[in-house]
Amino acid sequence: MSILVNKNTKVLCQGFTGKQGTFHSEQAIAYGTRMVSGVTPGKGGATHLGLPVFNTVRDAVRETQADASMIYVPAPYAADAILDAADAGIKVIVCITEGIPVLDMLKVKAALKNYPQARLIGPNCPGVITPGACKIGIMPGAIHKPGCVGIVSRSGTLTYEAVHQTTQNGLGQSTCVGIGGDPIHGMNFIDCLALFEQDPQTEGIILVGEIGGTAEEAAAEYIEAHVSKLVVSYIAGLTAPAGKRMGHAGAIISGGSGTAQGKIAALERAGVTVVHSPAEMGAGMLEQFKRCKPREHHS
Amino acid sequence: MYLHEYQSKQLLGAYGMPLPAGRIAHSAEEAVAVARAIGGASWMVKAQVHAGARGKAGGVQRANSSADVERIARALIGSRLVTQQTGVQGLPVGAVLVETPCVAVRELYLSLTIDRRSERVLVMAAAGGGMEIEQRAHDTPDTIHTVTADPVAGLQAEQCRTLAVSLQLADKQIAQFTQILLALYRLFVEKDAALIEINPLVVTDAGDLLALDAKIVLDDNALYRQTELAALRDVTQEDARESAARGFGLNYITLDGNIACMVNGAGLAMATMDLIKLHGGEPANFLDVGGGTTADKVAEAFKLILSDKKVRAILVNIFGGIVRCDLIAEGIIKAVSEVGITLPVVVRLEGNNAERARELLHDSRLKIIAADGLTDAAVKAVKAVASS
Repeated sequence: MSILVNKNTKVLCQGFTGKQGTFHSEQAIAYGTRMVSGVTPGKGGATHLGLPVFNTVRDAVRETQADASMIYVPAPYAADAILDAADAGIKVIVCITEGIPVLDMLKVKAALKNYPQARLIGPNCPGVITPGACKIGIMPGAIHKPGCVGIVSRSGTLTYEAVHQTTQNGLGQSTCVGIGGDPIHGMNFIDCLALFEQDPQTEGIILVGEIGGTAEEAAAEYIEAHVSKLVVSYIAGLTAPAGKRMGHAGAIISGGSGTAQGKIAALERAGVTVVHSPAEMGAGMLEQFKRCKPREHHS
Repeated sequence: MYLHEYQSKQLLGAYGMPLPAGRIAHSAEEAVAVARAIGGASWMVKAQVHAGARGKAGGVQRANSSADVERIARALIGSRLVTQQTGVQGLPVGAVLVETPCVAVRELYLSLTIDRRSERVLVMAAAGGGMEIEQRAHDTPDTIHTVTADPVAGLQAEQCRTLAVSLQLADKQIAQFTQILLALYRLFVEKDAALIEINPLVVTDAGDLLALDAKIVLDDNALYRQTELAALRDVTQEDARESAARGFGLNYITLDGNIACMVNGAGLAMATMDLIKLHGGEPANFLDVGGGTTADKVAEAFKLILSDKKVRAILVNIFGGIVRCDLIAEGIIKAVSEVGITLPVVVRLEGNNAERARELLHDSRLKIIAADGLTDAAVKAVKAVASS
C-alpha cells in the first residue's frame, strides 16, 4: 500500500512537449511510472516520447484513462491547466509550476470545491512519489527506497534530505508528498496525515515545515487528536528575519505570526518529536521506532 | 513589490478613493511649487520611503509657510530616514509628498490582504488608526472587524455596510465607506495586490472619509501581467545585493553573520542558516540558487557573496538530485578559480555521483574543503571562521 499514487496509477503530463515536461516525463518513464499520454493544446494528434498528445485533458482521459496529471505548464497558464485536469475527472493533480499569482490560486481553490474527486498537490512543489512504483514530479528517483516512512513537506530539497536519510538508515518511504511553498496550495499537512494514518504501509511520518502561516500549528492539533503513528518533524527558519520572504512565497514571518519557534512549540505540545537539525530527520525517526511502539491512540 | 505612499495614492485616486490634495516633489524647489499649486496656508511634507513609523522619525512634518516647506523638504530629500522599521542604516529619501493637512475627528484602520486559512481576500477594519494591526489582533482581537470575499462572487455591498456599522459610522459615511471598500476590492483583484492598507482612514471635521496614509504591496508572481505597476519599482529602497540577485534569478537576503551560504532550494537554504547557528556560527545570508544550478549561476552567486565584506567563510550546500554532483563540483571549482576566492569554501554535495564530486573538490588544490554531510559542513564552516 501507499497513499495517492501506486504502480497502477495512469499518469498524463500537461505541458508535455515543453522542455520541462519532456525532461521530467522521460525521467518518470525511466523510473517505471505508468505514463499514458500528454496534453499540449494545439499539438493534439502528435506523438511525443512514444505517447499520444492531446489538445485537452478530457480527450486524454477518454482515450488513455489517465487518473493522475503532472503539470509543467508556465505560471500564466497553470491555473487554467489545473482546472482543465479537474474538469476532466483527474483524481490526483500535481502542479509543479512555480510563480502562479496568488489570486489565480484563490479562484482555483474555490472552483475545485466543485470537483470533490480531485486532489491538488502543489503548486510550487516537487510532486509525489511512491518509491518503486510511481514518480510524479521533479524529485530524483534514485535516492528513494520502498519502506515505512511517509514524508510530507513544504520544501523540495528538504524532502530530498528526509528521503536520503531514511534511505541511508534502511527505513525507506511509503509515499513522499511535497505540498509546496506557496501560501495558497492544494493538499495540506492534515490531508496527508489523514491518508498516512489510514495507510498500513506507513509506520511513521516525517513532517517538514517552515516559517509562515499556521499550517504546522493546525497539523499539531490534528496529530494530537487523530494520529496514532509516530511523527517526527523538522521546521526550517529559526534564523529567518521577520518580514522577509525566504524564497518561497509562503515563507514569511509577519506580525510575530508564523515563527519557527511557535510551530516547534505547538508540535512538541502535541507529542511530536521535533529534531533541531535537518541532518537528524532520519535518525530521529529511527530512534523513535526503536524507543517505542506506535503510541496508543488518545482515548 | 512595495509601492511608495504617493504611488499607492495615485492608484487609489484612479479608483475614486477620497484623498488629501497633494503631489510628489523630488527637490525643495519642486516642493514649494507643489505647495503653491495646491494652495492653503499649511502643508504636510512626507518622506517617501518603503517603511512605516515615519512620523516619529521626523519623516512627516507640518509646514506653516512655503519657507517651512522648503526647509523641511531640503532636509529630507537626499537624507536617510531611520525609523523603527528600517534598521539602523535607514532608507534613502528620494522625494517628498506635499499634501493639504486635514482635521481628523476619528481615525480608522482598513486593510485588504490574502488570508491563507480561509483562502480568500480578507478585509480588516478597526476603530483607531496608526497602530500595528498584528499586535492589536493579538492583544484585543475583539476590536478588529473582518469579512472575507468569495473569490467568485467578490466582496458584497452588504459586507461593507456591516463593517461600516461595526465601526460605528453613520449617515452618509456608511454609503461612502461601502463605495470606498468596493473600489479597494476591485483594485486589489485588478492590480494583483497582496496588501492594501489605509492607515489611517479618517473622518474629517466635515464628516467625510479620507485616506491619510496608504500602503500597497503587489504580488511578485503577478508582475508579469502588471507591467505598468512593475515599472514603479524603486530599487533605491531595496538592499543592493538583493536586487542584483533578482537580476540573475537568484534569491538572496542579507543577514548579519559572517558565514555566507549558497544552497539549492529555499527550504534547504533556511535549514542551512539554522544549522550554522546550531553549531555556533552566524549566517551572513539566505541564498537559494534554484533548481537548475549552472556554473554561471554559481559564479554570480559567489560574486554576490563576496560583495558582502563581513563574510569570512562560504558554505555551499547542494542536494544534487537529478543534476550530477560531479558537474556541479566542476562548476564550483571553475567559479572559485575564476572569481578568485581566497576565503575558505566548505562544500557539501549530495546526490548522484557525490563521491566523484568530493574527489574533484579535494584534488582541486583550491581553498575548498569537502564536507561529508550536512552536520560536517556546518561544523567545518564554523571552524574555518574561528581559525581565520
